[in-house]
Amino acid sequence: MTELDPGLVGEQIAESDQISEPGGTGGEIGRSRRRKEDARLLTGHTRWTDNLVQPGMLYVMFLRSPMAHARITRVDVSGARGLPGVFAAFSGQDFADEQGSLPCAWPVSEDIVIPDHPPMAVSEVRYVGEAVACVVATDRYRAADALEAIEVDYEPLPAVVDMNDALTEGSPKVHEAGNQAFTAKITSGDIEAAFRDAPVLIDRTYIQQRLIPSAMEPRAVLASTDGDGFTLWTSTQIPHVLRVMLAVTTGIPEHKIRVVAPDVGGGFGSKLQVTAEEVLCLLLTRRLGRPVKWTESRSEGNLTVHHGRDQIQHIRVAAESDGRIRGLQVDLLADMGAYLMLVTPGIPMLGAALYNAIYKMDAYEFGCTGVFTTKMPTDAYRGAGRPEATYAIERVMDELAAELGLDPVEVRRRNWIRHEEFPYTTIAGLTYDSGNYEAATDRAMALFGYDKLRAEQADRRDRGDPVQLGIGVSIYTEMCGLAPSRLLGESNYGAGGWEHGTIRMLPTGKVEVITGTSPHGQGHVTAWSQIVADTLGVPFEDITVLHGDTAISHKGMDTYGSRSLVVGGVAVLQACEKVKDKARKLAAHLLECSPEDLEFAEGAFQVRGTDSRKTIQELAFAAFTAHSLPEGVEAGLDSDSTFDPDNYSFPHGTHLCAVEVDTETGMSKIRSYVAVDDVGKVINPLIVDGQVHGGIAQGIAQALYEEAVYDAEGNLLTTTMADYLLPSAADLPTFVTDRTETPATSNPLGVKGVGEAGTIASTPAVVNAIVDALRPRGIHDVQMPCTPERVWRALEGVRR
Amino acid sequence: MPRITVTVDGVGYEEEVEPRLLLVHLLRERLGKTGTPVGCDTSNCGACTVMLDGKTVKSCSVLAVQADGCDIVTIEGLGSPGSMHPMQRAFHEEHALQCGYCTPGMVMAAIDLLRDTPDPSEEAIREGLEGNLCRCTGYCNIVRAVRRGAQEMGQAVKSS
Repeated sequence: MTELDPGLVGEQIAESDQISEPGGTGGEIGRSRRRKEDARLLTGHTRWTDNLVQPGMLYVMFLRSPMAHARITRVDVSGARGLPGVFAAFSGQDFADEQGSLPCAWPVSEDIVIPDHPPMAVSEVRYVGEAVACVVATDRYRAADALEAIEVDYEPLPAVVDMNDALTEGSPKVHEAGNQAFTAKITSGDIEAAFRDAPVLIDRTYIQQRLIPSAMEPRAVLASTDGDGFTLWTSTQIPHVLRVMLAVTTGIPEHKIRVVAPDVGGGFGSKLQVTAEEVLCLLLTRRLGRPVKWTESRSEGNLTVHHGRDQIQHIRVAAESDGRIRGLQVDLLADMGAYLMLVTPGIPMLGAALYNAIYKMDAYEFGCTGVFTTKMPTDAYRGAGRPEATYAIERVMDELAAELGLDPVEVRRRNWIRHEEFPYTTIAGLTYDSGNYEAATDRAMALFGYDKLRAEQADRRDRGDPVQLGIGVSIYTEMCGLAPSRLLGESNYGAGGWEHGTIRMLPTGKVEVITGTSPHGQGHVTAWSQIVADTLGVPFEDITVLHGDTAISHKGMDTYGSRSLVVGGVAVLQACEKVKDKARKLAAHLLECSPEDLEFAEGAFQVRGTDSRKTIQELAFAAFTAHSLPEGVEAGLDSDSTFDPDNYSFPHGTHLCAVEVDTETGMSKIRSYVAVDDVGKVINPLIVDGQVHGGIAQGIAQALYEEAVYDAEGNLLTTTMADYLLPSAADLPTFVTDRTETPATSNPLGVKGVGEAGTIASTPAVVNAIVDALRPRGIHDVQMPCTPERVWRALEGVRR
Repeated sequence: MPRITVTVDGVGYEEEVEPRLLLVHLLRERLGKTGTPVGCDTSNCGACTVMLDGKTVKSCSVLAVQADGCDIVTIEGLGSPGSMHPMQRAFHEEHALQCGYCTPGMVMAAIDLLRDTPDPSEEAIREGLEGNLCRCTGYCNIVRAVRRGAQEMGQAVKSS
């Protein structure tokens, strides 16, 4: 990377956009193309699910349990049925025979308990917000009125809110089988030997608070039937997976179900789900023969969109007196909530091989217990398992540094995998293919002005300044590009991790790309166009990308786990190569030469040493007319490809955060934030920076602002955006971002994935900074979110 | 049922509405103006922001009857894909949107901010957009876009 003044990073990108010529001449990959997606979104020409209308469409609303745990003794919907505009009203009992059980696709262990999970509760409710009845009316106002007329009698059962309480003997049970969902253990190396007589032992417990993903678009579902098949438009990240799962859950044959993800307003994992509402809308349209639409309110969503994180992490490190790690032991309690949803138990396990992170050690042990509570189920949320792991190890590395009186960067240097050691197989068994932690860290420290800030920190400490400065270090790696199907199979996941891409050259030379990924803000239309433009030598503007409709994109594994470019982008690249192979045969036939005599450049095949050539557009037309095709070549210039990586990808980076902590008020203010990430090759720097910015913001949100709070009776107290504090522009600083680049070796684009990196890195950077500011006062932890009150209380605790 | 007249993006409408009908539902479900989305139910997120007689309102917190006789501009009336408002263009140039759900409200709020502060500092932009939440961008590029939009709108005013 070039040397940039931190303030100029954004401007530099804008400038570089002016360099290449539009279209067809290469140079698209690596260019900050402005997005094709934008004009529509910026002018209100959107297709959010809630925008869609079908003739005769009715509105669905759900009555939800106000009790965390109760037996349902009576549901009477008759009062709703007679009201004006009300078409139908149903209880869970009315669907008991056909609604099936919401699926869990990741039975992570032999001892796992997967309880029955009816989309609409029939006999018992286990969290506040669980649907117990529904109404179908001509508009949402009449539907809301009708909900008021439904009567439900509950016989209260004890709520189970706290994980430790849930596991104590005699605790009330969430399910018949008890409160333990599963246990898992991974051991590598001689952990006892590593801890025996270790000169340094750090033992800490961290709490990953429960989070609400809060995509800006609330969920919505529209289902319709033509009497034969069904179409479901839904705000989902996973139209393909959902189609399979809807078929399995409802028994409706898969080929009779079409799932469409129209414009989707963010996901962050929360729309990686098979939801009760999707199943029930499908069943309602089948029963009523009318299109039905359900759109949640934000308050409803806070209760019933799956939550994230919620783990108690016990982490122990044994180290030599010079700071080198001997062994690492991790024991997790992971709150599943009331049921296991699509990948609920897999989330903590996604972090299982990452607590060791970038560090070398002799022994590692990981244990996890999944716990049922009477709360909304948890599931994927940006980073899913990796932020938790990164937080715990990066917090504890700072504790180790403090214990030994070392600089936090130095203790990391003494333990990390050196760049010449790649590929490196870690103690947890992953093989990191590439990386250079030294380069990213050096760059970050230079941009941050590390030494100068340390000097200022020392000065403020000496002066007893009421506003102390803290410096937070977070050097992370993560595994993404989910995922090699073989490895997913070994972990007992219910599907593969490949991705699909299709290229269709149209007769006029334009290109339709079909992708199995399902973007909801990530800019795949633009980035895939850049890949295709360079590979086929066609103008960027001549390419369209279709996605998110199972009738168009006939197969795919969708978008999550920073996988889309790493797997899906590569599938598109491979499909381009197949098209070129076919075009080469056709060109050789038309130019009366052998395929080997042709060279491909700037979108045309040319006979070497002559000016005899055919453009890819001419070949597309020739393949369309099919007047003269070579032996064995079929009409049409298109192709279909799937890519299945043989390894995960491992982005890494160094994030540094300076926080000013007012020791009188407890207020923390981020003064500067530098992120240097290595995400391998970059297709579109503008999009990559945007992903990093958003990721950092979401990680900071966990560190400072957000927490889903349940009371002792299992009531969610943070049901609105007034109570659950999403950061606004005024709460965040401008981030300085830069990149280093070591290409991934597990895919031909050399890309690593960037969707979650910022979130994974930033939470520990911020909390480390706050603790760093307070450490001279004897404070070595502040529980997230580090609100002014919590910081102030921590200070009060040591003042006494 | 009350009868109201409103002008939305230059078109006049006469509608009979329930007193409880929210302006945003009038726009979206009666008039088909789905460019304005709904992001919350407590007026925190600002996604539904529109101009009502030249000032921004969160249309989830205004009753349709309160808009009687008013002139409303939504994101759809601001510009079209082929001819965007300078602020829309600035959002495009600076990659100030990802999923795009908060964008209509964010653009409206940004334009409103410039009415009082034509050349805002970064801090003024951040404070000024406090009532509009974005979950994708981390706001960095939104701040850049508003500065760029401000410059271009300032120049547009000067040159006209």
